[in-house]
Amino acid sequence: MKIEIVDERFDPWQSLVDYKKNDLQNNPKIGASSVFLGTMRDFNEDSDVTGMELQHYPGMTEKYLEDIVNTAIKKYKIIDGLVIHRVGMLEPTDPIVIVATWSEHRDNAFNATRDIMESLKAEAPFWKKESTDKGFRWVKPADSNIETEDTQNEAQ
Amino acid sequence: MHKLMKIHVKYFASVRDLMGTESKDLDIDKSLSVYELWKDLTVKLNVPKDVLIAVNHKYVDKDFKLNDGDEVAYFPPVTGG
Repeated sequence: MKIEIVDERFDPWQSLVDYKKNDLQNNPKIGASSVFLGTMRDFNEDSDVTGMELQHYPGMTEKYLEDIVNTAIKKYKIIDGLVIHRVGMLEPTDPIVIVATWSEHRDNAFNATRDIMESLKAEAPFWKKESTDKGFRWVKPADSNIETEDTQNEAQ
Repeated sequence: MHKLMKIHVKYFASVRDLMGTESKDLDIDKSLSVYELWKDLTVKLNVPKDVLIAVNHKYVDKDFKLNDGDEVAYFPPVTGG
Protein backbone atom coordinates (compact mmCIF):
# COMPACT_ATOMS: atom_id res chain seq x y z
CA MET A 1 0.00 0.00 0.00
CA LYS A 2 1.11 3.52 -0.68
CA ILE A 3 -0.38 6.69 0.83
CA GLU A 4 1.27 9.96 -0.03
CA ILE A 5 0.49 13.66 0.36
CA VAL A 6 2.48 15.82 -2.07
CA ASP A 7 2.85 19.59 -2.03
CA GLU A 8 4.08 20.02 -5.60
CA ARG A 9 2.62 19.18 -9.01
CA PHE A 10 3.12 15.48 -9.65
CA ASP A 11 2.87 13.14 -12.64
CA PRO A 12 0.25 10.55 -11.63
CA TRP A 13 1.14 8.15 -14.46
CA GLN A 14 4.82 8.16 -13.60
CA SER A 15 3.94 7.63 -9.91
CA LEU A 16 1.83 4.65 -10.90
CA VAL A 17 4.59 3.12 -13.00
CA ASP A 18 7.20 3.75 -10.33
CA TYR A 19 5.07 2.08 -7.69
CA LYS A 20 3.75 -0.93 -9.53
CA LYS A 21 6.08 -1.63 -12.44
CA ASN A 22 7.66 -4.75 -10.93
CA ASP A 23 4.42 -6.15 -9.53
CA LEU A 24 2.47 -5.67 -12.74
CA GLN A 25 5.16 -7.48 -14.66
CA ASN A 26 5.77 -10.23 -12.15
CA ASN A 27 2.66 -10.80 -10.02
CA PRO A 28 0.55 -13.49 -11.71
CA LYS A 29 -2.27 -12.98 -9.19
CA ILE A 30 -3.13 -9.51 -10.53
CA GLY A 31 -5.87 -9.75 -13.15
CA ALA A 32 -7.28 -6.24 -12.92
CA SER A 33 -5.99 -2.72 -12.33
CA SER A 34 -8.36 0.20 -11.80
CA VAL A 35 -7.37 3.85 -11.71
CA PHE A 36 -9.20 7.08 -10.89
CA LEU A 37 -7.57 10.45 -11.49
CA GLY A 38 -9.08 13.71 -10.28
CA THR A 39 -7.80 16.91 -11.90
CA MET A 40 -8.50 20.57 -11.32
CA ARG A 41 -11.10 22.30 -13.53
CA ASP A 42 -11.05 25.97 -14.45
CA PHE A 43 -14.71 26.41 -13.49
CA ASN A 44 -16.99 25.56 -10.57
CA GLU A 45 -20.66 26.38 -10.18
CA ASP A 46 -21.09 29.82 -11.78
CA SER A 47 -17.49 31.06 -11.75
CA ASP A 48 -14.18 30.81 -13.55
CA VAL A 49 -11.57 29.36 -11.22
CA THR A 50 -7.99 30.52 -11.71
CA GLY A 51 -6.31 28.77 -8.77
CA MET A 52 -6.95 26.67 -5.72
CA GLU A 53 -5.40 26.18 -2.29
CA LEU A 54 -5.71 22.70 -0.83
CA GLN A 55 -5.31 22.51 2.92
CA HIS A 56 -5.08 19.33 4.99
CA TYR A 57 -4.65 18.16 8.57
CA PRO A 58 -1.19 16.54 8.68
CA GLY A 59 -1.25 13.25 10.54
CA MET A 60 -5.01 12.81 10.57
CA THR A 61 -5.24 12.85 6.77
CA GLU A 62 -2.67 10.08 6.36
CA LYS A 63 -4.33 8.03 9.12
CA TYR A 64 -7.75 8.25 7.46
CA LEU A 65 -6.42 7.47 3.98
CA GLU A 66 -4.65 4.41 5.36
CA ASP A 67 -7.82 3.27 7.16
CA ILE A 68 -9.90 3.82 4.01
CA VAL A 69 -7.56 1.73 1.84
CA ASN A 70 -7.31 -1.00 4.49
CA THR A 71 -11.10 -1.18 4.64
CA ALA A 72 -11.24 -1.59 0.85
CA ILE A 73 -8.53 -4.26 0.94
CA LYS A 74 -10.60 -6.30 3.41
CA LYS A 75 -14.00 -5.65 1.84
CA TYR A 76 -13.06 -6.31 -1.78
CA LYS A 77 -10.06 -8.57 -1.21
CA ILE A 78 -7.93 -6.37 -3.41
CA ILE A 79 -4.25 -7.17 -3.65
CA ASP A 80 -3.01 -3.61 -3.21
CA GLY A 81 -4.06 0.04 -3.24
CA LEU A 82 -2.48 3.44 -3.77
CA VAL A 83 -3.61 6.99 -2.99
CA ILE A 84 -1.59 10.11 -3.81
CA HIS A 85 -3.24 13.45 -2.96
CA ARG A 86 -2.01 16.93 -3.70
CA VAL A 87 -1.98 19.87 -1.24
CA GLY A 88 -0.76 23.46 -1.54
CA MET A 89 -1.38 25.88 -4.41
CA LEU A 90 -2.87 24.32 -7.55
CA GLU A 91 -3.59 25.54 -11.05
CA PRO A 92 -6.22 24.26 -13.50
CA THR A 93 -5.20 20.94 -15.10
CA ASP A 94 -3.10 19.98 -12.05
CA PRO A 95 -3.70 16.43 -10.83
CA ILE A 96 -5.45 16.49 -7.42
CA VAL A 97 -5.72 12.83 -6.55
CA ILE A 98 -4.92 9.44 -7.99
CA VAL A 99 -6.47 6.27 -6.59
CA ALA A 100 -5.47 2.87 -7.93
CA THR A 101 -6.31 -0.67 -6.87
CA TRP A 102 -5.21 -4.08 -8.03
CA SER A 103 -7.18 -7.31 -7.73
CA GLU A 104 -7.73 -10.72 -9.25
CA HIS A 105 -11.00 -9.73 -10.96
CA ARG A 106 -12.33 -6.46 -12.39
CA ASP A 107 -15.40 -6.02 -10.18
CA ASN A 108 -13.29 -5.89 -7.04
CA ALA A 109 -10.90 -3.31 -8.46
CA PHE A 110 -13.68 -1.12 -9.93
CA ASN A 111 -15.67 -1.18 -6.68
CA ALA A 112 -12.68 -0.67 -4.41
CA THR A 113 -11.46 2.36 -6.37
CA ARG A 114 -14.93 3.89 -6.28
CA ASP A 115 -15.35 3.21 -2.55
CA ILE A 116 -11.96 4.67 -1.71
CA MET A 117 -12.78 7.88 -3.61
CA GLU A 118 -16.22 8.26 -2.01
CA SER A 119 -14.81 7.65 1.49
CA LEU A 120 -11.95 10.06 0.84
CA LYS A 121 -14.40 12.79 -0.17
CA ALA A 122 -16.57 12.17 2.90
CA GLU A 123 -13.93 11.64 5.60
CA ALA A 124 -10.37 12.66 4.73
CA PRO A 125 -9.59 16.11 6.18
CA PHE A 126 -8.83 18.17 3.08
CA TRP A 127 -10.31 21.59 2.24
CA LYS A 128 -10.36 23.48 -1.04
CA LYS A 129 -10.24 27.25 -1.34
CA GLU A 130 -10.84 28.59 -4.83
CA SER A 131 -9.60 31.78 -6.38
CA THR A 132 -12.32 33.10 -8.71
CA ASP A 133 -13.12 36.29 -10.56
CA LYS A 134 -15.24 37.20 -7.53
CA GLY A 135 -12.48 36.59 -4.96
CA PHE A 136 -11.54 33.67 -2.72
CA ARG A 137 -14.08 31.18 -1.40
CA TRP A 138 -13.98 27.93 0.57
CA VAL A 139 -15.58 25.13 -1.38
CA LYS A 140 -18.64 23.60 0.26
CA PRO A 141 -19.37 19.90 -0.01
CA ALA A 142 -22.06 19.10 -2.55
CA ASP A 143 -24.62 18.06 0.07
CA SER A 144 -23.75 20.71 2.66
CA ASN A 145 -26.07 23.51 3.62
CA ILE A 146 -23.96 25.53 5.99
CA GLU A 147 -25.88 27.51 8.56
CA THR A 148 -24.58 29.55 11.42
CA GLU A 149 -25.83 29.84 14.93
CA ASP A 150 -25.58 32.83 17.21
CA THR A 151 -23.90 31.72 20.42
CA GLN A 152 -24.96 34.92 22.14
CA ASN A 153 -28.63 34.22 21.56
CA GLU A 154 -28.32 30.58 22.44
CA ALA A 155 -26.66 31.44 25.77
CA GLN A 156 -29.62 33.58 26.81
CA MET B 1 -8.26 22.29 43.43
CA HIS B 2 -8.35 20.42 40.15
CA LYS B 3 -5.19 19.66 38.26
CA LEU B 4 -4.98 21.77 35.12
CA MET B 5 -5.40 19.87 31.88
CA LYS B 6 -3.30 20.87 28.90
CA ILE B 7 -5.25 20.92 25.63
CA HIS B 8 -3.83 21.70 22.20
CA VAL B 9 -6.42 23.23 19.87
CA LYS B 10 -6.17 23.37 16.07
CA TYR B 11 -8.37 25.06 13.49
CA PHE B 12 -8.57 24.44 9.77
CA ALA B 13 -10.00 26.09 6.65
CA SER B 14 -12.92 28.52 7.18
CA VAL B 15 -12.88 27.85 10.94
CA ARG B 16 -9.23 28.97 11.02
CA ASP B 17 -10.23 32.18 9.22
CA LEU B 18 -13.06 32.70 11.70
CA MET B 19 -10.86 32.16 14.74
CA GLY B 20 -7.97 34.19 13.33
CA THR B 21 -5.33 31.66 14.38
CA GLU B 22 -4.06 28.19 13.44
CA SER B 23 -3.74 26.79 16.94
CA LYS B 24 -3.58 27.54 20.63
CA ASP B 25 -2.58 25.84 23.86
CA LEU B 26 -5.05 25.96 26.73
CA ASP B 27 -4.99 24.99 30.39
CA ILE B 28 -8.47 24.06 31.56
CA ASP B 29 -9.39 23.41 35.17
CA LYS B 30 -12.45 21.21 34.65
CA SER B 31 -13.38 18.39 32.37
CA LEU B 32 -15.15 19.75 29.32
CA SER B 33 -16.72 18.12 26.31
CA VAL B 34 -15.30 19.13 22.94
CA TYR B 35 -18.51 21.07 22.25
CA GLU B 36 -18.43 22.88 25.60
CA LEU B 37 -14.88 23.98 24.83
CA TRP B 38 -15.96 25.08 21.35
CA LYS B 39 -18.78 27.18 22.84
CA ASP B 40 -16.33 28.79 25.28
CA LEU B 41 -13.91 29.59 22.47
CA THR B 42 -16.51 31.04 20.13
CA VAL B 43 -18.51 33.30 22.44
CA LYS B 44 -19.59 36.38 20.44
CA LEU B 45 -18.99 34.62 17.10
CA ASN B 46 -21.46 33.28 14.60
CA VAL B 47 -20.13 29.78 14.37
CA PRO B 48 -20.83 27.14 11.72
CA LYS B 49 -23.44 24.68 12.91
CA ASP B 50 -21.89 21.80 11.03
CA VAL B 51 -18.41 22.05 12.57
CA LEU B 52 -16.55 18.72 12.64
CA ILE B 53 -14.46 17.80 15.66
CA ALA B 54 -11.50 15.43 15.94
CA VAL B 55 -9.51 14.45 19.02
CA ASN B 56 -6.04 12.97 18.53
CA HIS B 57 -6.72 12.57 14.79
CA LYS B 58 -10.06 10.77 15.19
CA TYR B 59 -13.59 12.12 14.64
CA VAL B 60 -15.57 12.40 17.87
CA ASP B 61 -19.12 13.30 18.90
CA LYS B 62 -19.95 16.66 20.47
CA ASP B 63 -20.14 15.18 23.97
CA PHE B 64 -16.67 13.59 23.89
CA LYS B 65 -14.85 14.54 27.12
CA LEU B 66 -11.36 15.97 26.80
CA ASN B 67 -8.41 14.50 28.69
CA ASP B 68 -5.08 15.97 29.69
CA GLY B 69 -2.73 16.21 26.69
CA ASP B 70 -5.43 15.87 24.02
CA GLU B 71 -5.19 17.58 20.65
CA VAL B 72 -8.63 18.77 19.53
CA ALA B 73 -9.31 20.10 16.04
CA TYR B 74 -12.33 22.05 14.76
CA PHE B 75 -13.02 22.31 11.05
CA PRO B 76 -15.79 22.55 8.42
CA PRO B 77 -17.04 19.63 6.31
CA VAL B 78 -14.22 18.22 4.20
CA THR B 79 -13.86 18.83 0.46
CA GLY B 80 -10.93 16.77 -0.80
CA GLY B 81 -10.59 14.67 -3.93
